[in-house]
Parts: sequence; structure tokens; C-alpha cells
Amino acid sequence: MTKEISDPVRRYDAIDKCTGKQKYLGDMHFPGALYARMVRSTIARGKILAIHLPEMPQGYDFVSYKDIPGKNELWMIQKDWKCFAEHDVRYVGETIGLLCGPDKEMLDDLLSQVKIDYEEETPAITIEEGLACKGGAFVGKDNLFCEMTTRSGEDIDKVFARADRVFEETYRTGFQEHVNLEPQSCCATMEQGRYVVYASSQCPFYIRKSIAGLLNLKPEDIDVRQTMTGGAFGAKEHFPDVLAGPCLVACHKLQKPVELVFDRKEETAFTVKRHPSRTTIKTALDKQGNILGMDIDVVYNVGGYLSCSFVVLQRGVFHATGCYRIPATRIHGRGVATNTFPSDAFRGFGAPQTLFAIERHMCHLADMLGVEPLEFKRRYLIRQGDMTNTEGHINERVMLPEMIRQITEASDYERKAREYKPSCGRGIGLSLYNHGGAFTGNGEQVLIKAKCDLHKMADGRVEILCGQTEMGQGFHTAARKIAAHTLGIPFEKIVFENIDTDRVQDSGPTAASRSTQIAGRLIQQAAEQMKPRYDKEEDFTVHVEYQHPEGFPWDQEHWKGDAYIAYGWGAAVVEVEVDPLTYEVKTVGIWVSHDVGHPIDRLILRGQANGGVMQSLGYAAMEVMENKGGKFRQKSLADYIIPCSMDFPMMQTFLVDNPYPYGPYGAKGAGELVFNGADAAFTEAVSKAIGKPICEIPIPPETIEGLMHAQHD
Amino acid sequence: MLSTIEFTLNGKKVGVTADPMKRLLDVLRGDFGLTGTKEGCGEGECGACSVLKDGLLVTSCLVPIGACGGADIVTIEGLSETARGKCLAEAFADGGAVQCGFCIPGMVMAANYLLMHNPHPTEEEIRLGISGNLCRCTGYDLIVESIKLASQRGEGLWK
Repeated sequence: MTKEISDPVRRYDAIDKCTGKQKYLGDMHFPGALYARMVRSTIARGKILAIHLPEMPQGYDFVSYKDIPGKNELWMIQKDWKCFAEHDVRYVGETIGLLCGPDKEMLDDLLSQVKIDYEEETPAITIEEGLACKGGAFVGKDNLFCEMTTRSGEDIDKVFARADRVFEETYRTGFQEHVNLEPQSCCATMEQGRYVVYASSQCPFYIRKSIAGLLNLKPEDIDVRQTMTGGAFGAKEHFPDVLAGPCLVACHKLQKPVELVFDRKEETAFTVKRHPSRTTIKTALDKQGNILGMDIDVVYNVGGYLSCSFVVLQRGVFHATGCYRIPATRIHGRGVATNTFPSDAFRGFGAPQTLFAIERHMCHLADMLGVEPLEFKRRYLIRQGDMTNTEGHINERVMLPEMIRQITEASDYERKAREYKPSCGRGIGLSLYNHGGAFTGNGEQVLIKAKCDLHKMADGRVEILCGQTEMGQGFHTAARKIAAHTLGIPFEKIVFENIDTDRVQDSGPTAASRSTQIAGRLIQQAAEQMKPRYDKEEDFTVHVEYQHPEGFPWDQEHWKGDAYIAYGWGAAVVEVEVDPLTYEVKTVGIWVSHDVGHPIDRLILRGQANGGVMQSLGYAAMEVMENKGGKFRQKSLADYIIPCSMDFPMMQTFLVDNPYPYGPYGAKGAGELVFNGADAAFTEAVSKAIGKPICEIPIPPETIEGLMHAQHD
Repeated sequence: MLSTIEFTLNGKKVGVTADPMKRLLDVLRGDFGLTGTKEGCGEGECGACSVLKDGLLVTSCLVPIGACGGADIVTIEGLSETARGKCLAEAFADGGAVQCGFCIPGMVMAANYLLMHNPHPTEEEIRLGISGNLCRCTGYDLIVESIKLASQRGEGLWK
């Protein structure tokens, strides 16, 4: 492989996926397996008084917390999420038990006969109800799962005391469902005296750590085997534990394989979502309209259990000033407990919510000051060496000016922004965004400690043995390219199987846009070490471990320093037309540019950009998910609407080349960045087209109708 | 009430004894082990279970097996054995149309159906042709381009 690494190769998995040969968990056959159905809470909050089970036919059983020999807890970040509810339920859909048996229809019939008596309590559903401790606090005294404050620059109270004026607005974002097309699926079984868990999963090592305590086992006593994962987007980061735990307990009790595959209604009603958010930004301005500082309050709706929400909140806080250099900041973040299905990881991981807020805020500041939004944003563009809101620094060259040039020229942005008058029915919007790559601060060094093996086989093939999963994003193709390119051998000689925790090193989760940046670099290093020995030795393994680069201080206790060593950067322009009669929005153009360092594969990158931008446009334009009384009103893909091929036009995607010194061949994380900004560009375009400020997404036609009527009143 | 239903599956005469209301999707996957046909939603919204029934593209989750007596059913496994199926698979692979892959068998079935009726579709026509198939990974652009590529490479295959 002598060609440039970015040149596209054919994905190793493409043909099997196109011909139907590729098996996912639901396509596999587990001999002797029992099927499982979850018995779930039907109320948002209360006490379980009694569970009335129908008479169980031979071979059917009900599994609950009483069958757990160890501790009834799933160990995600903390150990707060129970495997099975015991006496209290916190949300509709909380797992109470597992019905297991050989026939799916019989299970459905039995499930319909399960009756549970509850003593219902008043639930808190919204952020406001959670903060007000409606029904009484159920987490601590204040319903706060987590809280933090960052500060940078001059004391913010002093800054506001000398401000000429203050501009304040509140921004909101809604739930979003991942819609991983392959549903959540898991099978727990025993093979040769060991528990083996098959799972559609981003993080097989997370699963074994999370569920081992249920049976008083150590994580390494369980072998987790990832099956080909048909989309995840964060939904398969921690949530597979919620399937794997009950399946493991049932397998232990019944001594048979237990298989649980969700259907789409369960996916919609009873899986984690993106955190709804409320962000208030208060900006101090001087007489000339210059920004002196920002005081920001961020609240995320966490739902019933914490899972990884504190980490999500941290990312939200660290991204709350977006791509801008703000001289003084205070950012207060809270994660509030409510009686909704827990919110959890979702591509972007807390950053999209605050980035939406800061982008809307900068546009509205510009409008108030009578400056064109892009012109206003340019004045505050963050540059290399500038201070971040954690008083760290931007370490890399920031190529936003070049990226802005690419997309504004291609879209003819400046002319259109000038010519499209507010409320003329046409609008064009631009947004800027970033995403810190890999775990926050020194997390890669302190928490993850990634390891990777590279094994040369006697036949000349080389196997990558690390824990990063393929879930559609293309990492197993990118990783093969890195290894092949470094070793100078054909791509086809690299082997990278779906992850089996018994066989591979733990290189950390497939999350946080860290796979290419961190594990990809380890693979490159291992291949470099292997290369001089490759021709001389037949069968050997090279082992490498992550070394954190020097010179990037981070204080996790005080939230000070370089929250991320490097960021991916993005810029998007979206142009729309709004139908004045139907309020439907037609998107007429999408232009995006991304800095992901030096890409490992341009075609994979384009696929990531297209998919991430589309998911973000869906988030803003159509993906309405409402929770009433604890239940999601949208039940399936018939009423939770995601973009189809007709909804948006072909995108024009650009990349800039900005090699990152600590990534493989200069690559940085990309998977989440591409989600983080098109929503704000779309919203700005619609806002301009209808001549009304918009502070909340999603904005389906019904919402636009309301906004336009408000104008007429 | 079980009935025996005979039909043609990927060119072979077959029979199955089943509740006539059993979904064609479950018959294909369960009785014939043809797991290339995926269940994405179970209500005809996502298109992952698309198959050809008597030359029409249908979502097999909405078709009861009782309605398939004498029918000619072609699944992704059958299509993949043909020159058309191979051309589409190669084009999808080269064009970067495939990510997680769960929607892809249905997408290939829809692309084939489109090309059967319109061998040289425009971008608009391709978008319309796959509008019944949801994909959450790709944003569709590379799928659209790959179908275009297949229609160019497969000159004459779809007439």
C-alpha cells in the first residue's frame, strides 16, 4: 500500500451486507435458547405492591431481582441503575422482570396477563418539574444527579457589574431517539462452563464490568462477544447492560441460553434518548456592543437513573461557548432527575445542546446589534493559543476561516444573506461547531489506559486485537488501512474480528470519537514496532499501551486546563424555503466543511458527514418526541419521523487538511463532530425565512405555524 | 388453523405449513432461514424487509403468508445470485453506500425494483424510488450515487 492513506478502499464488510449474508444477533441461532420478554413498569413513579403472574406453562419462568445471587445493580459509571426494580419504580418502562420461554407468541400472551399493583406517586417529567422536586425529591434533597461550575477570566460578577447592557435568552432542545435500525439485542448463554454474552454493542468491556456483580463474578469471568452491530449512535454504549443483566440472571437461574431482541415499539418507548436541555445564556456587553463575558446556565433532563449523564453534562458545559473566544465565563451545569426513561449517550454526547444554544445566541446578539451574523461571529472566532472556558488553550491551528470560505463561496452565502430579506420565505443560515476528541482531560490516561495487541500469524496475516467495535461507522476498515499502510502489506492481509473480550486487549469504549484518534494511533504504533520483525519472524505479538502526550494540564476537580487536547471543527450553511400556506420547510442546499485532521478514508468520512448532518437536520426539523405523564407520545417510526431520501437535497461536503500530531497519520475524531452543528444552521435559515427568532428545536411545521401567527398578532 | 401454502421462492417451488396470518417476513426468516430480509419496524415504515412478490416490491412484514399461495417471491438472497444483484452489490460497495448495513438488503431490493422500471433514473427518481427505505447512517447521498453507478455499469441488465 503505497498510495495516500486517505484514498478510499472498499469496506471489508460491504459485500456481505449487500447480499444479506451478514448476520446480526437476531439472525443467529442459539441452540436451546429461551426467548425473553421484559415486564416493565407501566407507571412513572410509585411503589410496587404486588405482582400477579399468570399460571406459567411448563418451560416458562419469571425472573426478577429475587433471582440475583449478587448485587442488584448495573455498574455503568456509578452503580445506581438497578438490573430489576425491587419496590420502587422511577419511570415508565423500568425493568421489573423477565418472562422466559420457548415460544414468542406464548410469551406475548403471558406478558399481557401480568398484573402489577402499584401505589402511584406524582411524577416529575419536565426539567422544571424536576428542579421544583414535584412529588418530592427522589435523588438527594434537590433532585440533582450532578452539578458543576466552570469559570474563566475575570470574575463574572465584576464583569456584569461594569457592563453597559446585558442580553439574556433561554434555548431548549428536545428528546431524540437514536433509531439504530438494528434493535437492541442480547443473548446470555453458557459455553464450556463459562458465561458468554452475545450482544449488539459498542462497548463489550462495559457490559462485562456492568453485569459481573449480579452473579458475584469478576468481569473477566464473563466472555462478551460483540455481534455485528447495525447502528448504535450511543444507544449501544451503556444501554446494552440493561438487556445483558437480566439475560445473565435468567441464564443463571434457568441454565439455558436466554435471548432478548427488542422490537421497534420497544426501541421507541423503552430505550434511552438524547437529553432534553434548557440553556440560558446571559451576555455582558460594553457600550460599543463588544462581548465582555457570558454567564451560562445549563440543565439536562437526566431521567430516572444517572448512567453516564454527568459526563454528558461535562461535555455540554465545555462546549457551551462553541467556537468563540469569550474573555470571561461562568458556566453552571446541572443534571436533574425526572421520572422519564433515562437519557444517555447519543452522538455528540451533550455538546449539540449547548452548541445549539450558543449559535442561536450569537445570531440573536448580531441581530440586536444590527450586524450580519457571520460578520459578528468572525470577530470572536477562537484561534490557536486562545483561552478556553476552562482556562486551557486551543492547541491546534484553527482552520475555521478557510472552512467558512469554502462553504460561503460554494453556497453564495454572502449575497443570499444580504438579499433574502427577513420573512421573505427564503433564508440562509450558517453555524460553526466543534467537538473535543476522546475522553475529557486526562481521562484517557487515568480512566481508560488503552491497550492493543497486534498479532502476526504464520501465514503472513496480521490480526488487530483491541476492543474497538464496528457498528457501521467504518472503524474496522480504517483500522485495517492503518495497519496495512504502516506494515506495507495488502489491506486483505489484516484481520479484525468482531470483539470478543476473551481474545482482545481492552482499548476502551467505542465512544467519544476516540477510536481513530486513540486506538488508531495504538494500531499504528504496534504496526511500526512489528514492521522490522515482520519478514523475519513467523508468529508473534506486539503489545502497546497508551501514552498521554506531555504538556496538556488538566485538573478534574476544579475543571481547569485543557479539557481536550484537540478538537474537530465544523462549519455548515443551510438554505431553506418556507411554504407560507403549509409551513413546510424545503431545504434547498446544504454545504458543510469539517476539520478531522488528516482523514484515514475520504469516502468513509463523507459517509459520516452525510449521516451525521442528516441526523442533526432531523433533530432540528422533524424529530419530535414528547413525554406526557411519563410516556413517550410517539410510538414507532410511523409517528417518530426521521429523514427519508426525499427530505433533504444532496449535500456538498468539504474537508480541510490539518494533521494532528498525536493521531494516526494525522487523524482526529470525526464521528460526533458531524452531528454538532447543522441543526443550528437550519434553524437560523428558517428563522430568517419567517422573520422570527427561534430558540427551541425541533421546529416541525406546526411550530413554525405558531411562530408565524405570533407575528400576525 | 394451519394451512399449507405453496409458492416460488428464489426460483424454487416450496411449501410451508403455517397459520395463514403468519407474516411472510417470519416465514422467510424462520422457516427458510433467509435472514437477509431484516425486521426494522414491523409496520411497513422502514423497508428493511422488502422483497419482490410477483414482481412488486412489498414489505414482507405486512404480507400474510396466506396471501402468497402461488406467488413468486424473490429475496435478497435470490437477487444476489443474479447479475443485477451482483452489479448492485459491487456498486454499493465501491460507492460507499454501506455503513451499518441493516437497511441495505431492503435498499438493494428497492434499487433493483427501481431499475427494473427505469434503468436510467435521475437523482430525483432515485430518491423517490428509495423513499420507502429508511437509513439512519448514510444520509442517503452515497446510496443515491451508488444506484446511479449501478445503472451506468449495468447497461443492458435492466433493459
